[in-house]
Amino acid sequence: MRIINLLRQRWPYLLVVAAAIAFPLVVSSRYYIQVMIVAGIWAMATLSLNLILGYTGQASLAHAGFFGIGAYAVGLTTKAGLSFWLALILAGAVAAFVGLLIGLLTLRSRGHYFAISTLCFGVIVFIVAGTWDGLTGGNVGLLGIPAPASIPFPIIGEISFAGQIGQYYLVLSFLMLFLFIMYRLVHSLLGLSFMAVRNNEVLAETVGINAFANKLLSSVIADFLVGVTGGIYAVLMGSISPTTASFNLTFFWLAYLIIGGVATLAGPIVGAVLVTFLVEYMYSIGEYRLVAFGLALIVAIIFFPRGLVGVSVTLRQRFQELREKYRERGGGAGKNAIDGRETDQAF
Amino acid sequence: MELFFQQVLNGAMLGSTYAMVALGLTLVFGILHVPNFAHGHIYMLGAYVTFFLITLYGFGFWPAVIVSMLMLGLAGMVIERLVFRPLKNQPPINMFIAAIGLLLLLENGVIVIWGPGAKRIPNPYPDTVSFLGLTTSQQRLIVIVVAVVMILLLQLFIKKTLHGTSIEALAQDREGAQLVGINVNRVSSMTFAISAALAAAAASLMAPIFMVSSTMGSLLVMKAFVIIILGGLGSMQGAILGGYMLGLIEALGGGFISAAYKDVFAFGALVLILALKPTGLFGKEPE
Repeated sequence: MRIINLLRQRWPYLLVVAAAIAFPLVVSSRYYIQVMIVAGIWAMATLSLNLILGYTGQASLAHAGFFGIGAYAVGLTTKAGLSFWLALILAGAVAAFVGLLIGLLTLRSRGHYFAISTLCFGVIVFIVAGTWDGLTGGNVGLLGIPAPASIPFPIIGEISFAGQIGQYYLVLSFLMLFLFIMYRLVHSLLGLSFMAVRNNEVLAETVGINAFANKLLSSVIADFLVGVTGGIYAVLMGSISPTTASFNLTFFWLAYLIIGGVATLAGPIVGAVLVTFLVEYMYSIGEYRLVAFGLALIVAIIFFPRGLVGVSVTLRQRFQELREKYRERGGGAGKNAIDGRETDQAF
Repeated sequence: MELFFQQVLNGAMLGSTYAMVALGLTLVFGILHVPNFAHGHIYMLGAYVTFFLITLYGFGFWPAVIVSMLMLGLAGMVIERLVFRPLKNQPPINMFIAAIGLLLLLENGVIVIWGPGAKRIPNPYPDTVSFLGLTTSQQRLIVIVVAVVMILLLQLFIKKTLHGTSIEALAQDREGAQLVGINVNRVSSMTFAISAALAAAAASLMAPIFMVSSTMGSLLVMKAFVIIILGGLGSMQGAILGGYMLGLIEALGGGFISAAYKDVFAFGALVLILALKPTGLFGKEPE
């Protein structure tokens, strides 16, 4: 009974998941599968950015730095012979540990100051990655990072990650896992505390929420997740360079997040996949696409600060209210159409 | 010892640029509370405009600098009106995001229109000057002298003219300024124009010495943020002093310690200072 209910309520989501699973089986173009793999990785990074920026309200712009730390951690250790799965956990742990130290320093400041401070740290990671030749390979970076070893699987025999299809499902599985983690987090007391800190730090403190500890925890979780994402990126691309930690990546993720819908679960995925595909589709117009990208970000933040998902939620609610009004023939006059909105305000 | 003085001279030149760029940024960030992260890209645009005025339209160096300042001043007003004013009453981080959009727009717009290659403005004053055993090019001395003149002119404008004092009034007390009838929108517009024109001047002066490229402003804007946060938000003296200090630290640190890591020192200093004083060295608690 519960399952039928779930199916009835959640069928659009299940449809999307089914489509994502079927994608590489239906689409034979290697090019589109590769675009989807990259979009999936960006979606994971944007999901974790959403935790600290969207739900906790702290614009951490060092995100690509932690992505880079995770990528270099996996690159260096798997090249030294460590198993990918261990290296991946290590990547998350290293990113989280550095994130803890940096969070202790930067989270004391707020608003613009926090954004600038974290951005400076992101640039430091970028510069160090390009300069510390002995460890990072300097501007050339790390080449020839081995693909993950195959893992045994009951029916198919084993899953290999050397091919594109295996890599696609690796990314999809992690994306689903990240989404699940975010879902549980947002609907937990912890997630509510994060949002309380975002909405009003002083008020949150007065009801007994330790704002600093919550911000720190949120950023450490986000850094762990993006570190893992960086690790996956490293093995799937096979090579990394300082641009893997470039602050431009943070800016792109920020754009995906704003365009998709900040502080929504679906927003980061919608934004990352849609924009990545649009940008690839517009490849023919060359560099104009990045100009369009900047323009879209400005237009989105001025006119649709809640992003595509926010707009669609509002539209759906308006539609439902209209339908209810139609049914009741004006019976529910006491209700104000706007006040019924339940979604939380983005910032 | 000769190397030391040579580096001091280089530091003074770098510091002149930093001071002008930081001065413009402290006007828009410290006074208008607009975190204009695209300020470095306005600087970059100023250098490009000067470059094309000289190479395509045959302008002399000084007319090109002045026209570039005027054009960028206008661009600054347009940017304020179209990008930042609509976000005035929204959460502060939205402006930061809009500025990042603007930065992507400008950087890639320049690449689209003028190509990705770096450009060089023919040096109008290539001769070298020798003084007390130090050698430097005339252009470098001109950067230092013109920067000082510009900074003094700006100070005169702000202290001695009615328009200028309205900026200072806004800096001191926003509500008070509005109460005595100062039009905040007009002051914002003017401040953006001044800020962009200063950046254009700094970029045009430096363009014959360094290359003109689409990314020349990306690290510069971060350094400018470092300077104004260290020097105190909205404090013009702080921006000027901080600019020259950072220039000297970089030139000496780059010359004597490590050239590759010189930027790490500046950005690391910012992270540490904000950790100890979360609102900047001379910052007030936000209300």
